Amino acid sequence: MTKRAVCMFCVGAFLSCIIGFIGCTRKAEKATGITVWHWMTDRQDAFNQLAEIYEKEKDIKINFELYAPSGAYTQKVMAAAQTNTLPDIFGILGEKRIFASFIKAGHVADLTEEMDARDGKWRGIFFSKALDVNRFLSGNQFGVEPGIYGVPIDVTNIQVLYNKALFRRAGLDSNRPPSTWKEFIRAGEKLKAAGIPVLVSGWGEIWLIDCFASNYAFNIMGKEKVVATIRGDVPYTDPDWIRVFSIFKEISEKELLAQGVVTMVNKTAEQIFANERAAFAFNGSWCVNVYKGMNPALEYGAIPPPKISDKYPMAIWGGAGSSFMVNVKSEKRENAVEFLRWLTTKKQQVFLAKSTQNLPSNKYSLAEIPPILAEFADDMDRTTHPGILPVAEFPRVIESFNKGIQSIITGEKTPEQIAKEVQKVKDREIKSQRLER
Amino acid sequence: MVAKERFKAIFGNYLFILPALGMFLIFSVYPFFKVFQLSVFQWDGIMPTMKFVGLSHFKDILFRNPTWWQSVGNGAYITFLALTFQNCLAFVLALLVDRGIKGGKIYRVIFYLPPILSGIVVGLIWNWIYNGDYGLLNYALKALGLAGIQRAWLAEPKTALTSVAIIHMWRGFGWGFIIMLAGLQNIPRELYEAAKVDGANKWQMLRRITVPLMIPVFVLVSILTILGCMQIYALIVATTGGGPGYHTEVPVTRIISSMLGQSQFGYACAMGILFGLILLTASMIQLRISRRIKQE
Repeated sequence: MTKRAVCMFCVGAFLSCIIGFIGCTRKAEKATGITVWHWMTDRQDAFNQLAEIYEKEKDIKINFELYAPSGAYTQKVMAAAQTNTLPDIFGILGEKRIFASFIKAGHVADLTEEMDARDGKWRGIFFSKALDVNRFLSGNQFGVEPGIYGVPIDVTNIQVLYNKALFRRAGLDSNRPPSTWKEFIRAGEKLKAAGIPVLVSGWGEIWLIDCFASNYAFNIMGKEKVVATIRGDVPYTDPDWIRVFSIFKEISEKELLAQGVVTMVNKTAEQIFANERAAFAFNGSWCVNVYKGMNPALEYGAIPPPKISDKYPMAIWGGAGSSFMVNVKSEKRENAVEFLRWLTTKKQQVFLAKSTQNLPSNKYSLAEIPPILAEFADDMDRTTHPGILPVAEFPRVIESFNKGIQSIITGEKTPEQIAKEVQKVKDREIKSQRLER
Repeated sequence: MVAKERFKAIFGNYLFILPALGMFLIFSVYPFFKVFQLSVFQWDGIMPTMKFVGLSHFKDILFRNPTWWQSVGNGAYITFLALTFQNCLAFVLALLVDRGIKGGKIYRVIFYLPPILSGIVVGLIWNWIYNGDYGLLNYALKALGLAGIQRAWLAEPKTALTSVAIIHMWRGFGWGFIIMLAGLQNIPRELYEAAKVDGANKWQMLRRITVPLMIPVFVLVSILTILGCMQIYALIVATTGGGPGYHTEVPVTRIISSMLGQSQFGYACAMGILFGLILLTASMIQLRISRRIKQE
């Protein structure tokens, strides 16, 4: 009898714990207002301060929940999508087709109506390129209903940074940074002769290689030809693409790259530039905050990547830095949208820009941002991003393209070899896509 | 009545393990079978629907994915180095400590420190050692008059994989050392004393007593080495990220890249199954060889 009672008690206690735990979690979620999931470690304090202000103003509690690093955050959001436990507001990291899958799976609210209300007043405050990353046009390749599905909270772009003090040390004019490729190479050779390492970037993180290469692809062949290549109409063995690959060969052969750049993570590259051990860096606008922390006395400027051709404009990789999406199944959808509207007003955007040194997504906030950020902001109209192109490249092609460039930099392969290899992967992917259909 | 009482007694006992069994089924058995199910579907990890593709993922990996096979080859290279150099070093050191060299206890602690450090921390330390500009290794080489061979060790195709393998061996030999030392200490001392009385020298004692009795330990260490080396991941992420090119890609980095980088969950699961089969085959071969050696 005693044994039976103990058994029953154990099982009962176990089940009660589980049921109680689930119940408490649900209740707690309901009682605590709007929940926002994000991965931005550097912005958590600023977000919390804004949440306090919002609670005072509107009497609605906002819980900013930070999940870092970004890889862990991505997994959390994916798992939550599969179990239908996404919060009221969340961010999506990754390529546009992942964003599309979230929408098609019924997790993201279409905010077009809210954006267009009152003659598009809300929509009008954003940089158009920032909004484009969250927009799906009709006939898009992902089969998503046309609309705007996210709210950009900041923008970013990736440019070339140069160290003014090192410029002077090498006898270069720190007020006249290079604007063409030839000038860049000349400046690089002068810096090298003065014993100063030239260019550093986290090209061990292959997406940064992709940014640099795509800037020059736009400059050399124009957007139409880039899009035609992604569509499969132009091969990667085209002379223009070989020219893009050859840029990396040139800077590698002239020894203008910092040692170990092909396996370097961006954090290391940032440390090298901040410690004045390289004259140029290829980095995003977020670096302003990073460099400020690493070396507040660093004297530097931001310039667009030096153009190699006059045929087409030089594009700059950028657009929306981070965006928030509203959970379409959230019971507090209206409040969530209202909070995002408040977060993107000029006052809050200026606060975010000043406290986190990121570019605001609200274009009317620009007048009040630090000068170095303004240098980045000047070129926002020239930004491009894979997410705003009408077609998307196969992930395996992107990987083989970027890994191939690493091999060019190490001198292991030639641009022609890499072009052939990338095209081979592209042909294989097109073939499998046709078979699937 | 007796049968009922007996049933109650047995069933009652099972009730106690029910919570643990539940956890085991949910977190171990279910995912194991789910991987098999997902491997025959195309799924991006988000959409509620999946598309059945049969064995096409397996076909693609086996016949049309050279980078996968390169990653398996890289993993095998690291494993080969570990099986030979790392385990030999572990055995020699265990032997020395077992023979009671001065400060044996301190060595035991020192050798066991690297394995308990996180792969990321180890990677960051060695990143600094291997750095092309200000690395300790290049500094030492210069001091020794070998400036000609200085390089960015982790960024050059010819040296990247071996450099990573050296870090892995440095980190991993402590495990082998501890297990082998435990094995050595289990060998009855009387055997050595009897051999000594019979006039055996140290080399003969090592060949005729130590090595044969250590075979089960060697097998265990070898299997653990194979499994540990082939599943190397954190160290790669912290040092090379799989680069330059595909030179330090290993099976786990390919699986993670397919799953999270390319959102091909089904494909990644198929890779995982094939990888599991490779490891299983390697372990089986290892066991069979050791059994044969033991019989001989």
